[in-house]
Amino acid sequence: MNSGATQTSEDLRDGGRALWYDKVGLLVAPIAVAAMFLPFMSFAANRIVEAESRSILASLPQTYAVMLLAALGVAALLLLVRTSTKLRAVSAGAAIALLLVAAGLAADHLSADANTYARVRPASGFWLLLFAFSLGLTDAITRLRLRPTTRIALATAALGALLLLVSSGLWSNISFLKEYENQAQLFWREARQHITLSVGSMLAACIVGIPLGITCQNQRGTRSAILNTLTFVQTVPSLALFGLLIAPLSWLASNVPVVSALGIRGIGTAPALVALFAYSLLPITGNTLAGLEGVSTSAREAARGMGMTRHQRLLRIELPLALPAILAGIRIVLVQNIGLTTIAALIGGGGFGVFVFQGLGQASIDLVLLGVIPTIILAFASAVLMDAFIDMSRKERREHR
Amino acid sequence: MRAAWLIRLCLWLLLCLFLAEPQLFADILRPLNRENAPTIYTQGVLWQLTLIHLTLTAVATLAASIVAITLAILVTRRSGRDFLPLSRSVANIGQTFPPVAVLALAVPVLGFGSAPTLVALFLYGLLPIFENTVTGLTTIPPSVSEAARGVGMTAAQRLFKVELPLAAPLILTGIRVSAVISLGTATIGSTVAARTLGEVIIAGLLTNNMAFIVQGAALVGVLAILIFDLLTVAERAFANRFGASATA
Amino acid sequence: MIEIDAVSKIYGAMTAVETVSFNVEAGTVAAIVGTSGSGKTTLLRMINRLVEPSSGAIRIDGEDTRTVKPFELRRRIGYVIQGYGLFPHKTVAENIATVPQLVGWERARIDQRINELLDVFQLNPAEYRDRLPSELSGGQQQRVGVARALAAEPHILLMDEPFGALDPIIRNKARDDLSAIQKKFGTTVILVTHDMDEAIQLGDMIAVMDGGRLLQYDTPQNILLHPAHPFVADLIGQNERPFRLLSLAPVSTAVESGDAEGAPVAETATLRDAFAEMLWSRRSALPVVSARNERIGRVTMDAISRRAAKMQ
Repeated sequence: MNSGATQTSEDLRDGGRALWYDKVGLLVAPIAVAAMFLPFMSFAANRIVEAESRSILASLPQTYAVMLLAALGVAALLLLVRTSTKLRAVSAGAAIALLLVAAGLAADHLSADANTYARVRPASGFWLLLFAFSLGLTDAITRLRLRPTTRIALATAALGALLLLVSSGLWSNISFLKEYENQAQLFWREARQHITLSVGSMLAACIVGIPLGITCQNQRGTRSAILNTLTFVQTVPSLALFGLLIAPLSWLASNVPVVSALGIRGIGTAPALVALFAYSLLPITGNTLAGLEGVSTSAREAARGMGMTRHQRLLRIELPLALPAILAGIRIVLVQNIGLTTIAALIGGGGFGVFVFQGLGQASIDLVLLGVIPTIILAFASAVLMDAFIDMSRKERREHR
Repeated sequence: MRAAWLIRLCLWLLLCLFLAEPQLFADILRPLNRENAPTIYTQGVLWQLTLIHLTLTAVATLAASIVAITLAILVTRRSGRDFLPLSRSVANIGQTFPPVAVLALAVPVLGFGSAPTLVALFLYGLLPIFENTVTGLTTIPPSVSEAARGVGMTAAQRLFKVELPLAAPLILTGIRVSAVISLGTATIGSTVAARTLGEVIIAGLLTNNMAFIVQGAALVGVLAILIFDLLTVAERAFANRFGASATA
Repeated sequence: MIEIDAVSKIYGAMTAVETVSFNVEAGTVAAIVGTSGSGKTTLLRMINRLVEPSSGAIRIDGEDTRTVKPFELRRRIGYVIQGYGLFPHKTVAENIATVPQLVGWERARIDQRINELLDVFQLNPAEYRDRLPSELSGGQQQRVGVARALAAEPHILLMDEPFGALDPIIRNKARDDLSAIQKKFGTTVILVTHDMDEAIQLGDMIAVMDGGRLLQYDTPQNILLHPAHPFVADLIGQNERPFRLLSLAPVSTAVESGDAEGAPVAETATLRDAFAEMLWSRRSALPVVSARNERIGRVTMDAISRRAAKMQ
C-alpha cells in the first residue's frame, strides 16, 4: 500500500493556494522585459573599429520595432500569467521565431547605409531574450509531456525552419552568417567530417561494446577488469588521449607500410577515431550490462522454463528487454562524441572544432560561433532524437507485458 | 587489495618525481624526437602548471558544488517545486553543450586567460552535481520521508538529518564526475591562454614535438586517473561510515 | 482520551474522509478496519496532522490539536508505518534516539531508554545497538520501528498497517508482543489495518470504514454479533463469524466444574483453540489448567457451541 506517498503529494497540492501567476514565469518574464531595453544588435563599421550597440528601437524601422516590442511584451505576459501550458508553449515559440526573424531584419536595416565591411551581430539583449523565451518554451514543453513521435516532429520542424532561414538569405547580413557564406564549402566539408567522426566511432563502439557487455554479464570474473579499464580510459582528458595516440600511430605509419597505405597517420582522422571509440566503450558496455542485469529473474526463468536455448534467451528476451538501457548508452555516447569531436580539430582531425580554434586564434567571435552553434544544434538534436527513441522502446516494452 | 595501494603509491611518487626533476626523464623521451629538439617543456615550470591546473579545477568544482547543491535543495522544496521540471530540462540540455563550446563562448564575454576557463569549468561543473543532488533528494524512500515527518522533524531537520545524508553518496559521485570533467576541460583551457598543463600538449602539437605531447598527455592522464581514484576512495570511505546500503 | 469530532478531508472533487466522529479512551486499543481507499490511513494521518482536516476537530485530552505546532504534536505521538521507515543511514540506537534527541533529552537518559526498549523488544542491546537497519531481519526492523515510536514515552501510538510486511508466523508473535507492551506502558493505540482478524485480536474497539465513511464503531463482540451494515457483515465473513467470536474469549470464561480425559488446555487459551483441539482429538470436553498448571475444571463442546451462536 503506497497510499502514503500519493497522499503526501496530494496534500502538498492541496496546501498550496491557487496563484494567479506562474512561478517560472515570475523568473522568466522580468528577464525578458529587462532584455528588451538592453542592446539588441552590435554594429561595427569594419572589423577594426570598436562595435557600437543598438537598442531594438535603433536597430529596426520604427513601426517594426514597436510591433516587436509589443509582441514580445505580450509573450512575456502570457508566460507570467497562469494560462494553459499549450498557450505558453506556442507564445514562447512564436516569440523565439519572431526574434530570429527580427535579428535578420535588424541586420539588413543597420547595414543598409554601410559598406560591405560592416559587421552586425546580435548583442546581449537578443541573447538574453532568446534565453528567457527558450526557458519558457522548455518549461512548457517539459510540462506538456509530449509523445516521442510529436517530439521528433517538432524537432524536425524547428531544424527545417532554421535551415530555411539560413538559405532564405534573411540572415545574410549577420556577421557569422557572412562568415558562413565565405566558407560554405569548407563548412559542409567539416560538417561531414564531424558527423563521420562522431557517428562512426559510435557505431564501432556498438559493434565492440555490446558483445563486451554480454561477456561481462556471463563471465563475472572479467567484469570488473573490463569495466575498470574502460573507466580509466574515460577518465583521461580528451586532449591527453588524442595526444597519447599520436605517438604510437605515427610510429605505425612510418614502420608498417600497410598502415600508411591505408592513409593512417599520426595526426588527423585516425587518432581522433580511435580516441572517440575508446571513450564510447564504457557507456555502451556498461549500459548493455546494466540493461541485461535489469531483466527480471522471472522473465529469465520463464524463458528457460519454455525450453529456450541460451542463444534464444539472449536474442528474444534479454536483449529486447535491455534495449532501452543500451539506447541510453548510445545517447550518452553520441552527445559526448559530438562535443569531443570539436577537440579533434587540435590534432588535425577536422570537424566544427576547426572554426572554433581558428576563431579563438584570430579572436574572431564570428568564426567561433560558426563552429559552436552547429555543434550545439547537432548535439541537442541527437539528444532529442535518442530520448524519443528511448521512450518509444520503453513503451513498447510496457505493451509487451 | 594491497597491490592496488602499492600501484597507487608508485604512481603518486612517479608523478611527484617527474614534476620535481623532469630532466631525469629526458632520456626516456628523447627517442620520440628529432635530433636536437628539446625534450622537456621549459617555457613554463611543469609543477607550477600542474598547480595552476589543479587550483583552477578545485576552485571551479568547489564553487559548482556549493551553487549546484543549493539550487538542487531549492527546487526540491515545496515552494520551489514549480522549477523542478524546468531545471531538470535545463540541466539535461546543458549537458548536450560541449565543454569546448562553453569555453569558447566565455571568451567573447570575459576575454582570454584563466577567467573564461574558470567560468566554463564552473558552469559545466554545475550540471552533474545538480542532477545527482536532485536525484538523491527526490528518490528518498517514501516510508523514510513519511517517518521523518511522523516523528516530528521540522523541514530543516528533515533536510539536514535525513535527506542530505541519504543523498550524500550520489552527491559525492556527482562531484567526482564534475571534477574529472573540469580537469579535462582545464586542459583545453590552454587554447584560450589559460596556463594549464594543456599548454605542453598544444606546444607539442604546434612545433611537432612528440616528446612534449607525450609528457603533457601522460601528466594530465595520470593526474586525472589519480584524482578520480582518490575521490572514489574518499567516497567509499564516506559510504562505509554512513551505511553502505544507504539507498537500499 | 482522543476525540475525533466530525472530521472530513476533501481533495478537490474527492472526499477521502466524510464527517467521521468517535472517541478512543485512554489506555485502550482502537482498530480502524477497511479496504484500501476507505480513508482509514487519511483519518489516522489527520490525528498527528500529517494531513490537515478540511473540517472538524481532533482533541487529545481536551486540547484541540490545531493549537499545537504540527512537529511538536508529532513528537508527542508515536507513529509506526508499514515498511517502518527506519532511517537507513542511522544505527538502531540512533533511530530509536530520534525523538528523544528532538525534544532534548539528556544523553544518559536516552541511552538508558534505548537499552530498556531493546530489552522489552527482545533485542540484545550489546548486539543490536550499533547495527544498521539493513542488517536486521524484517521482524527485527518492525520491532525497532515500534521501539522508535515509543522512545519518548508518548501516551498515544498511531500504527498504519504495522504488521503488513511480516510473514504470518512472525506477524502473530508481533501482535502478541504489541498487546503485552501496550498493557505494560498503558499506551493508547490507534491501529489501521485491512485485516479483520488483526482488528479483533488487538482492538478493544473497532471502527469499520468504507468510502470515507465510518460504518460502525463498536466492541469486537458487537461488531461480530450485530454488524450494522451489509459491508461490515461482508468484512467479518459469514463462515468465519462463529470462529472469530470464539477467538475473542479465553477458555476461563467457559470453565465449568467437572473433569475430562486427555491433555489439558490452558485457561488463557482462546475458546477457538479449545474447539480446534476437541475436533482434532475427537473429545467433547477438555480439562482446563490454570497458569500454575493446577486443574480448575473442564470446558465442553456444548458450552463452546453456545458461545459461538448468534444469540447468547
